Amino acid sequence: MTDFTLNKDADGIATITWDVPGKSMNVMSFDGLRDLETHIDDALADEAVKGIIITSGKEGSFAGGMDLNLLAKMKEDAGDDPAKGLFEGTMQMHALLRKIERAGMDPKTNKGGKPVACVIPGTAAGIGLELPLATHRTFAADNPKARIGLPEILVGIFPGAGGTTRMVRKLGAMAASPFLLEGKMVAPAAAQKAGIIDEVSADPMAAARDWVLNAKDADLVKPWDAKGYKMPGGAPYHPAGFMTFVGANAMVNGKTQGVYPAAKALLSAVYEGALVPFDTALKVEARWFTNVLMNPSSGNMIRSLFLNKEALEKGAVRPEGVPDQRVKKLGVLGAGMMGAGITLVSVQAGIEVVLIDQTQEAADKGKAYSASYFDKGIARKKSTEEKKEAALNLITATTDLDALKGCDLIIEAVFEDPKVKAEMTQKVEAVIPEDCIFASNTSTLPITDLAKASSRQEQFIGIHFFSPVEKMLLVEIIKGAETGDRAVAKALDYVRQIRKTPIVVNDARFFYANRCIIPYINEGVRMVQEGVEPALIENAAKLVGMPLGPLQLMDETSIDLGAKIARATKAAMGADYPNDDIDPLVFWMEAEGRLGRKANAGFYSYDAKGKREGLWQGMGDKYPVAEEQPDLIEVQHRLLFSQTLEAVRALEEGVLMDIREGDVGAILGWGFAPWSGGPLSWLDMIGAPYAAERCDQLTEKFGERFACPELLREMAQKNQSFYGRFNPDAKAA
Amino acid sequence: MTQDVYIYDAIRTPRGKGRKDGALHEVTSLRLSAQTLNALKERNNLEGHAVEDVIWGNVTQVMEQGGCLARSAVLASDLDERIPGLAINRFCASGMEAVNLAANQVKGGAGNGYIAGGVEMMGRVAMGADGAAIAVDPTLAMEKYFVPQGISADIIATEFGFTRDEADQLAMRSQQRAARAWEEGRFDKSVITVRDQNGLAILDRDEYMRPQTDMQSLGGLNPAFQQMGEVMPGFDKVALMKYPHLERINHIHHAGNSSGIVDGAAAVLIGNKEFGEQHGLKPRARIRATAKIGTDPTIMLTGPVPVTEKILKDNGMTIGDIDLFEVNEAFAAVVLRFMQAFDVDDSKVNVNGGGIAMGHPLGATGAMIIGILLDEMERADKEVGLATLCIASGMGAATIIERV
Repeated sequence: MTDFTLNKDADGIATITWDVPGKSMNVMSFDGLRDLETHIDDALADEAVKGIIITSGKEGSFAGGMDLNLLAKMKEDAGDDPAKGLFEGTMQMHALLRKIERAGMDPKTNKGGKPVACVIPGTAAGIGLELPLATHRTFAADNPKARIGLPEILVGIFPGAGGTTRMVRKLGAMAASPFLLEGKMVAPAAAQKAGIIDEVSADPMAAARDWVLNAKDADLVKPWDAKGYKMPGGAPYHPAGFMTFVGANAMVNGKTQGVYPAAKALLSAVYEGALVPFDTALKVEARWFTNVLMNPSSGNMIRSLFLNKEALEKGAVRPEGVPDQRVKKLGVLGAGMMGAGITLVSVQAGIEVVLIDQTQEAADKGKAYSASYFDKGIARKKSTEEKKEAALNLITATTDLDALKGCDLIIEAVFEDPKVKAEMTQKVEAVIPEDCIFASNTSTLPITDLAKASSRQEQFIGIHFFSPVEKMLLVEIIKGAETGDRAVAKALDYVRQIRKTPIVVNDARFFYANRCIIPYINEGVRMVQEGVEPALIENAAKLVGMPLGPLQLMDETSIDLGAKIARATKAAMGADYPNDDIDPLVFWMEAEGRLGRKANAGFYSYDAKGKREGLWQGMGDKYPVAEEQPDLIEVQHRLLFSQTLEAVRALEEGVLMDIREGDVGAILGWGFAPWSGGPLSWLDMIGAPYAAERCDQLTEKFGERFACPELLREMAQKNQSFYGRFNPDAKAA
Repeated sequence: MTQDVYIYDAIRTPRGKGRKDGALHEVTSLRLSAQTLNALKERNNLEGHAVEDVIWGNVTQVMEQGGCLARSAVLASDLDERIPGLAINRFCASGMEAVNLAANQVKGGAGNGYIAGGVEMMGRVAMGADGAAIAVDPTLAMEKYFVPQGISADIIATEFGFTRDEADQLAMRSQQRAARAWEEGRFDKSVITVRDQNGLAILDRDEYMRPQTDMQSLGGLNPAFQQMGEVMPGFDKVALMKYPHLERINHIHHAGNSSGIVDGAAAVLIGNKEFGEQHGLKPRARIRATAKIGTDPTIMLTGPVPVTEKILKDNGMTIGDIDLFEVNEAFAAVVLRFMQAFDVDDSKVNVNGGGIAMGHPLGATGAMIIGILLDEMERADKEVGLATLCIASGMGAATIIERV
């Protein structure tokens, strides 16, 4: 089996077609690179060949990128010296692409080369764009659905097959930055406008053939291979370029808070590369690319954000042997914010939804949420009237429970009161088919308890969405004590339909995500009470890559909700309740009406329009800032350990059944420091022995909540890692 | 074999506005340097191989200021060609470092006499024209949280609690004191007139001053670093990464309470006792101590405090031993921080104004303020003076002189 095939025709055009067998979209592998090189060598050496066209055999796409498993393999294959293996492997890739780019030209005169065109039928990402960038002219199909770009940065690496160097030299550092630093993907027309590709047409193959047959020597020479090349926008020590580079460092530093090694390495590759000739720049790029791949952060990010996320989406934890459970008709109970959001994402996936509420007005309001979502999309040209209509036609908003009759899945999103929920469960079960799965979207109530109201407990499950539903990528599936395999498979198949990422956990207080995030918020509140500068708390959180500081998060989720959870938890836990020390602050704020963003007053001050102005200065009167402030690392460790130790306990107690879910769920669920790969990856990064030692220190200074879990202690003694112990087969890239 | 080192003379040019319409804009860096050297030579009869070296501070060493301007300046002057030239750069303290290096060379026995000083034609060779890895190389700029100096000055204001009003007060005082000093002729014996090749006068008085400055006019100026801090490219975020206990940066600095961009040069004649005897010169002051130090590069401009602590400690002195201070007015907050840290009364600091009123020609200022300090010690009959500057990239330098 070969990934590339070569066909020479009577006109003297050699067409190299990329068509990886068994894949819907091409990905680059070692074999692919070898294939490509063989054909390039053949075509360049064959005197009958006048020019070369590289294209894809896949309809609607050129290539999706590099096989990320390959990076892990490159490291592995190099044995004791993985950096050497990565660097040399990368340099081989450069050599091949450079061979295409030079196409047999005389190095001095730039003459005598064969024209190489690339025909891009559709999406071209990662090396799927880096390869075209190395050809002489790119011809894309006028396919508005196609996406062209370099998304590497999103999984913690950067374009390392010449994409960085070529984009910067083509567009200039400033214009290239959205593509390199943000991984921006654009449609072919926009890519042409940006100067990334050359031509867009209905028949790119014809255009490419025409060009190849008529290309002159000068048409083949890249600007950077021509005499007198100057970088657009200026190189770093050109006056204009200087400001760009100074600004880029500050912007990227501020935006990433310094925690993403790939962003830094990318900027270095751009800066250092800009100061040297093209071939040296490629070598510089390869050294930084190697450096990023050697950083545990990139491997962890690839593992969690790409490999494991995809594995979970594809059903890695789906019970075996259960037939397809895709949902045809969904019943949503409760048309509030959650119910309306669940309805929206379901109809977007083409699922018919019966949306129930107590009054027709409330049910209609829930449906209207979808309408207004599509309206916004139409206004931004992201959607159409037809799509809106089709979606709305799938929704039946009603008060009539009988409408639920044909449903195969029910998601209950009514008021968080066990009695109300129990009543609904029974009423609905009287109507729905016997094999219908019943799910609760509760975020706080134990599923096993709620299931007791059901006459079919093995069909009862938790499907916990995060708010806002249409934005949040994670769905937490909770197995009650009696929940059966079919219910789990149903929930997983449904989540796959609505294109979100599922994790499956066992039932316990706050399940997984909330269990970890609540201690994080509490630790922030606790520090305020101790007199730690609130700004230090918030900045320390951001400096470890948390999207929101704990105080801002508390404002967003509201202080009264925090107070309510505190009271309920205390009632449930009694003497074991750990947060007596912070409740006075929370209850005081609740009494003062500083309920957070919704009240325009919380840990932060807000203006009349609800814009956050800054930390509330009045806090210092009640809880004065201490003379002595802790160092940054201590604050950060308190914030990180408060979350990660909960993740370990969840694993220890069997709430978490798969560490991949612990990591992926943390990043997608509450934005846990994505650069780390997740809480368990982070612990692996710092090492169990150090983590255990740090637990002991934090426990001594701050209390038992930092006590080292038995599991972590044992791992420290054996010097084990989570991925080594629990998931030895999954490769870190 | 260490020996006492003395200042025999100190001169400077007036400072011209560092702009296209500044009086010195037509003068080359080379000519201004040579003319300053010639003035020192004439005043002190420095015939023949009179000094061991000319150490010349200069920050932006490219184009006309490049290629070891020190040696070019010697060759363009009337000094003997056997006198070499050493161009040095310690940013804003280059002129002071030239003096300190020369003093320590003499102290260690490497020759009897030196000329030390510096030049900066900021209107002709733009600040930053020499590039700087610390600002653009991500391995340094990102790792060390690089921000421009104006942001650093605003961090100082935020961290140490200085208000816009305090900064403006200091700026106004600088203007008033500089105006009084000129009115009373306090600078007369040390400022040389810059002339053209025909002997025609071009500038004989600091050009940058605005004696009419009051709180109201200062109050009308917009913060100079707010936009780059808060919006594009957003340096405040970088600053807060290094100073995470701050919630935001208070932008108090503007054109009126920051040092002026000017052209100018200064030179100091330094030697041991024997040097004075050889040339029939009377020492004006002894260079008692020198010091330099590195500090956090993000807040960057706090160097005067630790370097003063160091120079005092190394020499068994206390802050009370110093009668007069020159603290370079790079930004108002730098001087406010110095006075706050040592609890020094402002009646002892920059008594004849400073860089805010008269300007700060980077490579020359360090030598200039040593001369200004000495003039005032003689005028007011003070014994011991300390001059210090904050320095880009996070450094500090200081010199202590005492009258003999």
